[in-house]
Amino acid sequence: MDRDLAHLTDEAVLSLVAESDDEALAELYDRFGGVAYGLALRILRDESLAQDAVQEAFLAVWRTADRFLAERARASTWILTLVHRRSVDLVRRQEQRRGEPLESAPEPVASEQVEEQAAIRFQRQVVQEALRQLPPDQREALELGYYAGLTQSELAERLGQPLGTIKSRMFTGLTRLRDLLAQAGLEESLR
Amino acid sequence: MPEDPHSLVASYALDALDEREEKEFEQHLALCERCREELAGLREAAAALAVGAPPAKPTLELRQRILDQARSERQNVVPLRRPRRWTPVLAATTAIAAAAAIVLGIWATSLDNSNDPLESVLSKPGSKLVSMGHYGGVAVGPDGQAVLALAVPPAPASKTYEAWVIRAGKATPAGLFSGRPGTSIVKVSKPVGAGSVVAVTVEPSGGSPQPTSKPFVLSGAVS
Ligand SMILES: [Zn+2]
Repeated sequence: MDRDLAHLTDEAVLSLVAESDDEALAELYDRFGGVAYGLALRILRDESLAQDAVQEAFLAVWRTADRFLAERARASTWILTLVHRRSVDLVRRQEQRRGEPLESAPEPVASEQVEEQAAIRFQRQVVQEALRQLPPDQREALELGYYAGLTQSELAERLGQPLGTIKSRMFTGLTRLRDLLAQAGLEESLR
Repeated sequence: MPEDPHSLVASYALDALDEREEKEFEQHLALCERCREELAGLREAAAALAVGAPPAKPTLELRQRILDQARSERQNVVPLRRPRRWTPVLAATTAIAAAAAIVLGIWATSLDNSNDPLESVLSKPGSKLVSMGHYGGVAVGPDGQAVLALAVPPAPASKTYEAWVIRAGKATPAGLFSGRPGTSIVKVSKPVGAGSVVAVTVEPSGGSPQPTSKPFVLSGAVS
């Protein structure tokens, strides 16, 4: 049974997943597996843990897609939210890693040519450009919060800043990022 | 010291809250439309950060593993799927305490079964969820054990909420609770059998042997 799912939107593919269509799950994985794994690896810095995080997230998609559909949000946002969440859960269990100084965080090994949609590559450039436009302290709060899996309290402690300061950097930074991305027309290009 | 809960919405979107802060914020989220709206946009921005990470190529085995596991679950999971006729709020209130809490904006937390009473009832085969209108609902296990998940405000001073199991026109007291911001998860102290209805009234502190007011929350009949 060979079907062409490529012309469907992410949300249409997700609605097939909600009906337990495993080819549709494969299609979603092929669309977002590279981004998902890249994110998990950046947070966990361990291939096997990153695979676990991606696996658990996609299985959560499989199990709960029918409940998500009513949300009318973007499928990619949901999937990446799940991947991030699982990765953060796992990294927070790695007690020893959490004590490491922030500077020593190694970058993940750059992978050999990852095949991905041109739209995703374009989006990455836009996001990186938008991040560069943020004031450094806001960018730092976003990056350490989101990619290092630190809680706002841990971040406050590490940076020697009051919790309220970190909270407001996260809030202002993320709100600003959202607006910058909207200006860049990212939302339209992703539809 | 209580602080403005709205201010945590970005930290929540970034998964940067600790467990306690997160639970509290989710309680707030269930009742705060403004935060749910804001969260939708901030989540898109957070997902953009995900795309901003350098991509990496997962192994082919991972793809296979995910698909194999999904296929093997299809056989088992589908018949046990929870009924689709949940009202959105019921789905949300149960989810707040337990599994994927999607409708009110809780997408990703508690993917693991926790040991909360609601999940312990819902995890039993043959358990049902019965709507109680927009306040939430009641989960009923095959053994009649039941747990309420209701978004009701704290009861007024010198009043209490009282749960009732009503069967053949006879109301049996089934526990008192005081309500709280967010969702109250309350074990029903009497078994809920087929044909019963679960109700909640507001009663004077200490409760009443029989309802003194009209139930403001009423379930459908348990099948
Ligand atoms: Zn709010």
